[in-house]
Amino acid sequence: MNGMRLRGLIRKEFLQIVRDPSAIAIAVALPIFLLLLFGYGVSLNARRVPLALVAPYSPQAQELLGGFDRSPYFVPHRYATMAAAKSALGRRRVDGIVWLRSDFGRRMLAQGNAGIGVFVNGVDANNAGLLEAYIRGVWLGWLSRQAQDQGSTLSVPVTVEQRIWFNAALRSRNYLVPGLIAIIMTLIGALLTAQVVSREWERGTMEALMATPVSMGDILLSKLIPYFVLGMAGMALSVVMAVWLFAVPLRGSLLVLFSASGLFMLVALGMGLLISTVAKNQFISATIAIVATFLPAFILSGFIFDLNSMPVPIRLLTHIVAARYFVAILQTVFGAGDVWPVVLANAAALCAMAAFFLGLTWRLSRKRLD
Amino acid sequence: MGPRIRALVIKEFLALLRDKVARMTLIVPPLLQLIIFGYAATFNIRDIPYAVYNQDGGAASHELLARFQGSPVFLQRAVLTAERQIAPVIDDKRVLLVIHIGPQFSRDLLAHRPARVQVIIDGRNSNTAALAGNYVNQVVQAFDTEWAAAHGWQVPPAQLVVRSWFNPDLLSRWFIVPGIVGLLTLVVTLLTTGLSVARERESGTFDQLLVTPLASVEILIGKSIPGFVIGLIEATAILAAAVFWFDVPFTGSLWALYLGVFVFLLSGIGIGLMISSISVTQQQGTLGVFLFMVPAVILSGFATPIANMPLAVQYLTYLDPLRYFLVILRGTFLQGDGASVLGSQYAGLAALALASMTLAAWLFRHRMA
Repeated sequence: MNGMRLRGLIRKEFLQIVRDPSAIAIAVALPIFLLLLFGYGVSLNARRVPLALVAPYSPQAQELLGGFDRSPYFVPHRYATMAAAKSALGRRRVDGIVWLRSDFGRRMLAQGNAGIGVFVNGVDANNAGLLEAYIRGVWLGWLSRQAQDQGSTLSVPVTVEQRIWFNAALRSRNYLVPGLIAIIMTLIGALLTAQVVSREWERGTMEALMATPVSMGDILLSKLIPYFVLGMAGMALSVVMAVWLFAVPLRGSLLVLFSASGLFMLVALGMGLLISTVAKNQFISATIAIVATFLPAFILSGFIFDLNSMPVPIRLLTHIVAARYFVAILQTVFGAGDVWPVVLANAAALCAMAAFFLGLTWRLSRKRLD
Repeated sequence: MGPRIRALVIKEFLALLRDKVARMTLIVPPLLQLIIFGYAATFNIRDIPYAVYNQDGGAASHELLARFQGSPVFLQRAVLTAERQIAPVIDDKRVLLVIHIGPQFSRDLLAHRPARVQVIIDGRNSNTAALAGNYVNQVVQAFDTEWAAAHGWQVPPAQLVVRSWFNPDLLSRWFIVPGIVGLLTLVVTLLTTGLSVARERESGTFDQLLVTPLASVEILIGKSIPGFVIGLIEATAILAAAVFWFDVPFTGSLWALYLGVFVFLLSGIGIGLMISSISVTQQQGTLGVFLFMVPAVILSGFATPIANMPLAVQYLTYLDPLRYFLVILRGTFLQGDGASVLGSQYAGLAALALASMTLAAWLFRHRMA
């Protein structure tokens, strides 16, 4: 490896980037665009859920229904009959129904065991579970108000006092935005480098390069360094947006964050370079890039679906998804701080993957020289 | 179909399927992904790792903890003996939650005084934290009901009776797997059509195509049909796998579903051809497919509900064909929907199909030079 030759190659690569600004657009404009879109678009916090209320008038019922009116989680709609409410649920106008029978008030006063019928649309199971919990919250609030009115307190044997660490308000953005950064950087790394080697082959300039005294290692390094710089610029932009625009707390240190990002960038670029070196035809390389980067990073990284809940074979499979380690580091560094056991274990995995992808690319491209 | 279009269709099929690797990339990854993602993509959490810090030696606390040990949702990982041990086990992600029972627990309960259980949850993934919190509440409520009945506590005057329709056990797989059908159908359709014009441009055969007697509309039709046929076959295979492999119940009308598949494929092809007509090289085509597909997946309601998005983004999702198709898929699978309930979804897809096809034809003609 020769410093001057490498410098020359890097200069050439930078010139190519500057002349064809699409790479700069991918590294800088794309993260801004995607993070804006997804940062605002992706949320698991349900608010203002349309809810059908079917209840004949009684003072007790009015109390309970008032709880739904005041709750920020619901937009109540009154329906006169259960049939009308059911049809609204089937047509996705409302997500749930709260149903009080006509004898609700009487039964409550007489026997003290009136039933409140709750029906939720279970199609979106996650949302249905959250909806049920919100309805339970309104019900509990109503019960304790009722008890207060009678001069006593609501007495249940055991109450749960929940303390949520790191994210007391359960703001889903606080963990989704760091995860999105990992997905976006995966995409950008692959998009930036997926075509840079095959392009030289296609245009026939690879042979010209090979006729010069530069080594294959020089060529690969010269492809890596400029795109690494670009990718890190995109990464820095994403972090700035996460902290300033989306108000995600950053509890860890910038040093850890950027060291981990640098490692991950190496993996992502290595993956792109590998695809670019192996794929002979651009249709196949496009398919591989989508199959191997975006969808696994989205589904198998722990970005949104909990890794512990997956069946064991799938859980083992997630270990070959680089984004998984980066998502774990990002969620911890943003949410909790520099927790060394988490950071070091995942960083070690990223190191191994970077070495694997870059080493394999280097070997494969050497073979081609023969 | 005229003989000219037929010849073009045959040529397009050959171009797509002649290469063995290309054939494999169209067939194997979608089915593999359905299987992997179908198992992986779930919001139902199980085996929640937890630790216990019990300062109370009484029978009541053991009874409560036994309910957690017996639940398939929870998995006990550690027993703590001091308060300062709580922070490290949560920070290092060894457990998701710690159940802390104070020294007064059994005494309070036996004296008919309300007792408290403190639960500390790792909130780094707020959705998992919320779900785990709900499960803890359910276990404690079941304990409460039994304890209240056995020890003569007053019961609340009105009880909630919760039932969930269309998906009684709230299995998120029933929600996600039909979604994956839509996702993969979109990917296949976009890939087959998105690069097709650019491929001709790059290899120089585009000019040859133009000097044939084919009209530009005929060329576009010839390029659409293979994508449509391949998309239809793949969609059918993936649908069959969803029903027979993943046991997702199909309760609605098959006609309503296939009407949806038909218009969805048309709109996907229209968008693919649009991307294809704009791009000069296959690299640009790839980038275009990526740039459309990623937001189309994330904003479709596949994993996170559209209703949670800000209003401006919600309007944007009307341009996303996957959004309508997911409603059709989930409606026909789970809600037993027929075509009449889904009218507005078909209309949205048809409008997108018409607009994108028209635009593709216009772009095709204007970028010919």
